[in-house]
Amino acid sequence: MTVLVQIRGVTKVYQRGRERVEVLHGIDLDIPSGDFVALMGPSGSGKTTLLNLIGGLDTPTGGSIVVQDRRIDQLSGGELAAWRAAHVGFVFQFYNLLPALSAQRNVELPLLLTDLPAAERRRRARIALTLVGLEDRARHRPRELSGGQEQRVAIARAIVSDPTLLVCDEPTGDLDRATADEVLRLLQMLNREHGKTVVMVTHDPKAAEYARRRVHLDKGVMTGEPVAS
Amino acid sequence: MRYLPLLWAGLFRKKTRTILTLLSIVVAFALFGLLQAVEVAFESGADAADAKRLLTTARYSIIEPLPLAYQRRIEQVPGVVGVAYADWFGAKYQNESNAFPVFAVDPTRYLDMYPEFTIAREQRDAFAKTRTGAVVGKRLADRFGWHVGQKLPISSEIHPKTDGSLNWEFDLVGIIDADDPAVRGNTDMVLINVAYFDEARQNGKGKTGWYIVRIADSTQARSISSSIDTLFMNSPDETKTQPEKEFAIGFAKQIGDIGALVTRILIAVFFTILILTGNTMAQSIRERIPELAILKTLGFSDGKVTALVLAEAILLLILGGSLGMGAAVAAMPALNGSTGGRFPPLFVGPETWLLAAAIAAVVALIIGLPPALRANRLKIVDALSGH
Repeated sequence: MTVLVQIRGVTKVYQRGRERVEVLHGIDLDIPSGDFVALMGPSGSGKTTLLNLIGGLDTPTGGSIVVQDRRIDQLSGGELAAWRAAHVGFVFQFYNLLPALSAQRNVELPLLLTDLPAAERRRRARIALTLVGLEDRARHRPRELSGGQEQRVAIARAIVSDPTLLVCDEPTGDLDRATADEVLRLLQMLNREHGKTVVMVTHDPKAAEYARRRVHLDKGVMTGEPVAS
Repeated sequence: MRYLPLLWAGLFRKKTRTILTLLSIVVAFALFGLLQAVEVAFESGADAADAKRLLTTARYSIIEPLPLAYQRRIEQVPGVVGVAYADWFGAKYQNESNAFPVFAVDPTRYLDMYPEFTIAREQRDAFAKTRTGAVVGKRLADRFGWHVGQKLPISSEIHPKTDGSLNWEFDLVGIIDADDPAVRGNTDMVLINVAYFDEARQNGKGKTGWYIVRIADSTQARSISSSIDTLFMNSPDETKTQPEKEFAIGFAKQIGDIGALVTRILIAVFFTILILTGNTMAQSIRERIPELAILKTLGFSDGKVTALVLAEAILLLILGGSLGMGAAVAAMPALNGSTGGRFPPLFVGPETWLLAAAIAAVVALIIGLPPALRANRLKIVDALSGH
């Protein structure tokens, strides 16, 4: 399997007032294409920071991150935005849908950055909603959906532009067990049947069982090698 | 256009707040449209003034008459190419509230002096030939249902006939109008033939109210004015001559400096709007920081998010401004009707629309820029983690 994400010696330091907080200390990690990795660890271990670096939401203080042969740690803000739009889909714990837009419009959002005409954008959003089983909720606003449905809309939004990489931050953290399982099965399906590489941060060992591999972090370092689920 | 649904959704995320903000903008622009119309109406005399026309009145008061014999002497002043005159009749029709200007004029001289007035050729000839003839402005004719060929009974407040009666009767022979809306306000009057008027009036025979003087070269206006006034210096009827525009501005300022008044009111209104709307915009963007962060997460660049926030402010101003100006335009017929024709016609001209667009753009920039810059500087990770 080819390596999709290659992380070498990554450090991340935050400046909080006068205090210098080193969150990640020299992380090395390879994520093969088509993998489903669960990043686990206690609060403050640096897993979300690592996820943000992989997704191009933040840049490392040191080290390198190569995704599909591209050094994303060297991209400018504008280049990184364009790279995210083309290659990464994001799923968050609290769904982060725009409350004023319908499910359909929320899913269409990433496509606004493409040259696709309106009809094609609508068609692709429909397909994504159908894939997550919410084609009949297209006109509903987020407040008219359950938590699980909101998360599925968020997943539809994450996959609508057909990204290589899905980055999920505690995607089931706000859901009950049954709904969480539905969402995780959906992510697993996207990984297995559609070849999406999924990197997921979770506290939940049950959620991590859906991943192919588990990576443990503690105090900004990886504890041991990735473990197969 | 592709971002319009996103802008619209952002704008109406909190409907009540946006509608109230929008209403305040609508009211501000409606007020702007109305007050500008009033200002334009007051200045229409000055705007319509011809740089080659001078007004000669009695030196100390416009209501003092001047001898008709001055006409020939003014005509002989070098640089003068035409002279007309007019006298105030002071009219009412049917009752006190139907008052309008009536001027006793030499038909040919007067209509030659104002080529911006339009009148059918045969009606103009009829006016010149009919001693009891009168022509009326189209708006007045429409208002009272007058038509060419009818008798026009009007009363004068200041000119009794030789028999002592204040009731006069004229033959309506023509309708005057103007293509330019600013000039049209000056046609809200009745012109009567001075030949009949001067013969039939009890007092003031051989006198007129003021002279209108056409000159060949507008750059000579000052020296010709001075020459005319010098001509009658130390006579019982000394004169004051000035360019028509100066006269119109001075006349309007007798009521008050409408322009300055309007400007001050509008500054107060828009300053209030600036504070209100600016605060609302800032609050709205503050509430949507996580949403803006999500847009950035999805790949919207800093510039694009900045532009979206700015566009929202522009959209708000376009909506409110258009509705407000539309309301002002819609109110014009009712307002014009309620003035009873005693006031120049109110209208919202292209200049007012342009000025409104400029104000809307400036207000949008002032209220949109601070939150737009904040959105620009937004760091995704901080915004999503609530910092």
